[in-house]
Amino acid sequence: MTTVIRGAALLGAKPTDVLIDDGVIVSMGRGLTGDRDIDAAGLVLLPGFVDLHTHLREPGREDAETIATGSAAAALGGFTAVHAMANTTPVADSAEIVEQVARRGAQVGLVDVRPVGAVSKGLDGETLAEIGNMARSAAAVRVFSDDGRCVHDSRLMRRALEYVKPFGGVIAQHAQDPRLADHAACAHEGELSGRLGLAGWPAVAEESIIARDVMLAEHTGSRLHVCHVSTAGSVEVIRWAKARGIAVTAEVTPHHLLLTCDVLSGYDPVYKVNPPLRPAADVEALRAGLADGTIDAVATDHAPHAAHDKDHAFGDAAFGMVGLETALGVVAETMVGTGLLDWAGVADRMSTRPAAIGRVAGQGAALEVGAPANLTLVDPAAAWTVVPAGLASKGRNTPFAGRSLPATVVATLLRGHVTVLDGALAEAAVPV
Amino acid sequence: MPGRVRMPSEATAADADSGISGTSRPASVVLSDADVARVTDRIAHQIIENVAKNDFDAVLLGIPTRGVPLAHRLADRIAVFAGVSLPVGSLDITLYRDDLRLRGVRPLGATAEPEGGIDGRTVILVDDVLFSGRSARAALDALIELGRPRAVQLAVLVDRGHRELPIRADYVGKNLPTSPSQTVRVLLAEVDGRDAVLVEGS
Amino acid sequence: MKHLLSAGDLSRDEALAILDTAERMHAVQTREVKKLPPLRGRTIVNLFFEDSTRTRSSFEIAGKWLSADVINVSAEGSSVSKGESLRDTVLTVAAMGVDALVVRHNASGAVARIAGWVDCHVINAGDGTHEHPTQALLDAYTLRSRLGDLTDRHVAIVGDITHSRVARSNVLLLATLGARVTLVAPPTLMPSGVHSWPCDVSWDLDDVLSGKASGDVDAVMMLRVQRERMSGGYFPTEREYAISYGLSPERLDLLGADAPVLHPGPMNRGLEISSVAADSARSMVLEQVQAGVSVRMAVLYRLLSGADEVTV
Repeated sequence: MTTVIRGAALLGAKPTDVLIDDGVIVSMGRGLTGDRDIDAAGLVLLPGFVDLHTHLREPGREDAETIATGSAAAALGGFTAVHAMANTTPVADSAEIVEQVARRGAQVGLVDVRPVGAVSKGLDGETLAEIGNMARSAAAVRVFSDDGRCVHDSRLMRRALEYVKPFGGVIAQHAQDPRLADHAACAHEGELSGRLGLAGWPAVAEESIIARDVMLAEHTGSRLHVCHVSTAGSVEVIRWAKARGIAVTAEVTPHHLLLTCDVLSGYDPVYKVNPPLRPAADVEALRAGLADGTIDAVATDHAPHAAHDKDHAFGDAAFGMVGLETALGVVAETMVGTGLLDWAGVADRMSTRPAAIGRVAGQGAALEVGAPANLTLVDPAAAWTVVPAGLASKGRNTPFAGRSLPATVVATLLRGHVTVLDGALAEAAVPV
Repeated sequence: MPGRVRMPSEATAADADSGISGTSRPASVVLSDADVARVTDRIAHQIIENVAKNDFDAVLLGIPTRGVPLAHRLADRIAVFAGVSLPVGSLDITLYRDDLRLRGVRPLGATAEPEGGIDGRTVILVDDVLFSGRSARAALDALIELGRPRAVQLAVLVDRGHRELPIRADYVGKNLPTSPSQTVRVLLAEVDGRDAVLVEGS
Repeated sequence: MKHLLSAGDLSRDEALAILDTAERMHAVQTREVKKLPPLRGRTIVNLFFEDSTRTRSSFEIAGKWLSADVINVSAEGSSVSKGESLRDTVLTVAAMGVDALVVRHNASGAVARIAGWVDCHVINAGDGTHEHPTQALLDAYTLRSRLGDLTDRHVAIVGDITHSRVARSNVLLLATLGARVTLVAPPTLMPSGVHSWPCDVSWDLDDVLSGKASGDVDAVMMLRVQRERMSGGYFPTEREYAISYGLSPERLDLLGADAPVLHPGPMNRGLEISSVAADSARSMVLEQVQAGVSVRMAVLYRLLSGADEVTV
């Protein structure tokens, strides 16, 4: 069956028809016909988004999210691939676990689920996990991370960076010096944390780890990826490292692009996230960093939680926010609406570069004949209001509840299969 | 609990029994400052006559706000007329009122035991207006916590009728027939800058 | 007033009304029959997620002297560890027909969060390192009993400011009452952003007590220093802390002869306060305990007596 996407603005530019056959773009132009017709007049066609940072909770916390519900949320958010973080129960630190995750992802079939392997065994921060076995497994893991915890031991970080070189792996670091920001740290250290009596999470706890890690990356000649950059200082360090030719990449979350730490004054744990929300000056620096390419990618750090893990005092509640279904809207508001990025820029930061960082085959390709039809159609003018109960994710912990976001994902195609149409999961795509 | 909420407004301890509302209505003067003085003297004489039988072993206990200066005035006049000085105290009844939950939170007045206490003595409660009798009832409750008097009596400047409890005053300065919708305001120089009794409304 | 969550929520008038009411309530403590009737038939639950015999007893006595039924619920180590959410725990207790919850919790902001879940009155009896408003009220009551009107009075608060809910509430309330506050601590125990607080800040106790830093001090409040702070590296040794920031007999002499010394208790004698200072005539520690009952009676009375909010 052939599908034609009719009249979509390629990367926001001129309207074109795109003909898809057998999962591949076979023709582009005007007046194309196919078995199936998707009217895309007024819509923007982008390569399918690739998320470098997703918590799918399966195995272990299927009450919070499953690979099926997380995949559905991803598809609705315009994603065609996600990287499933390793901090599951059991931890994804062996070939068996990552293969199980990849297999379940393929079975669901809504997005490519790319497992992230743990850097250290059981995330203990002490001994290397079986990185080589995970890389060689059917899951072909390329991204390794102890996310949620920092690989704080310098020697372990060095070894990990060295060890992934043979297969082009990358260490995705959760930069948080645990001596400067321990497990209790939950609010940006500043005037507000002092006044509210919340344990401070100082910017320097992130920046000092990034500074160390870029030097380790230079020393080892390996690839470093910095997760969820949250401070202006971190952006500066990364900018300096890139200028020096160090192989460092970085991501920023949508929530760090939009929200400031001021929202913490009501102690609502829906705003509790790690790293914490930062002051407006940091938000500005993150936007600028993403615009100039210092920060390579937007990554959601989608972190669904059961309600009972958030219905606590701020300090006791779980860290994290859901983000897959709101990512595009937030990026449209903070980056496109402000003129910092055009739609080609969005494609680069949400698809091309993250796919390259994760070495995800067939994703993030240019929109051209012969490319796999991993595509996202966005209505840039259709504002919508976030309603937690309406999310496909099991997590209701969105900080954007009630907020209007300016752009909507209309359709998502995974290798030509329509996973989302008219903003809803396509009938045939509903996971089992 | 839908809808907007209003914080309970602060009521004053003094307005409860006289039924004063915040709005001012046309008032007629029923006792002038000279009348108040004359009526006070009359009560003082009645008290002297009564407590002389017990060797003046009595104390005056004013109920805040205006009962307190009134008690002091009575003590002064009794001293002038009879040459004896009765101890004066005050008894705040706010916490004993039966309508605490019906109105906004009330500030508390002072309770001060008269010199020598109240045990075994005649206690004369002094208030400005006797109306429903609920203040007097509250005062009796409050008094019990303070001690055990030999007898308790009640002196009021004005009795305006409309009793809701089986209570009567032992000393009444002036009986004032009123309708329930009217309000009676006693003004005393110590509190209000001048002496007068006003009736508002009709 | 529906809840008492932060000392900063009190207007000057409301704070003074509570202190005035507390003075009236104080009289009942000297009576033979220590019982007042206004909260008869009302139920108060002391919901303590963190043990505090002093504060809990103080609220319990205050409630009982006002004739309320007071029930203590110790919820230490519950919720998080048991898999029950804080919301579950609180709604379960509130469902028993409670008129007021007096809550102590080890997490900042917990009490405000609880107030958002229940219909009854909520009183903050200490939340994490955030606030302890009734402690500030009892401190103000104690200071007022010795100094009179607190307007333009100068109070030094000394010790672990970072982790002190007492300090936060006191700074807010004393500012509302027109007093001047100087916080004294080593830089490691000074909260971030303290310079935006309505107070002066100093690292040198001698300069403050002698009046060199910010004028004559009318009263000094010593805060308890938790010994576990040492392991956090906030200061090197108890000895060094005592020498640098303890209220020694010599420092006591720097103060004016009438300047009261307060301490929220329990005291670490020899650490933040010397026995000479703790036992001196200026020490108000026991007065603070008495004031605690009076002030809590006043707060309970002002929250719970009178009409509930009226829906209009």
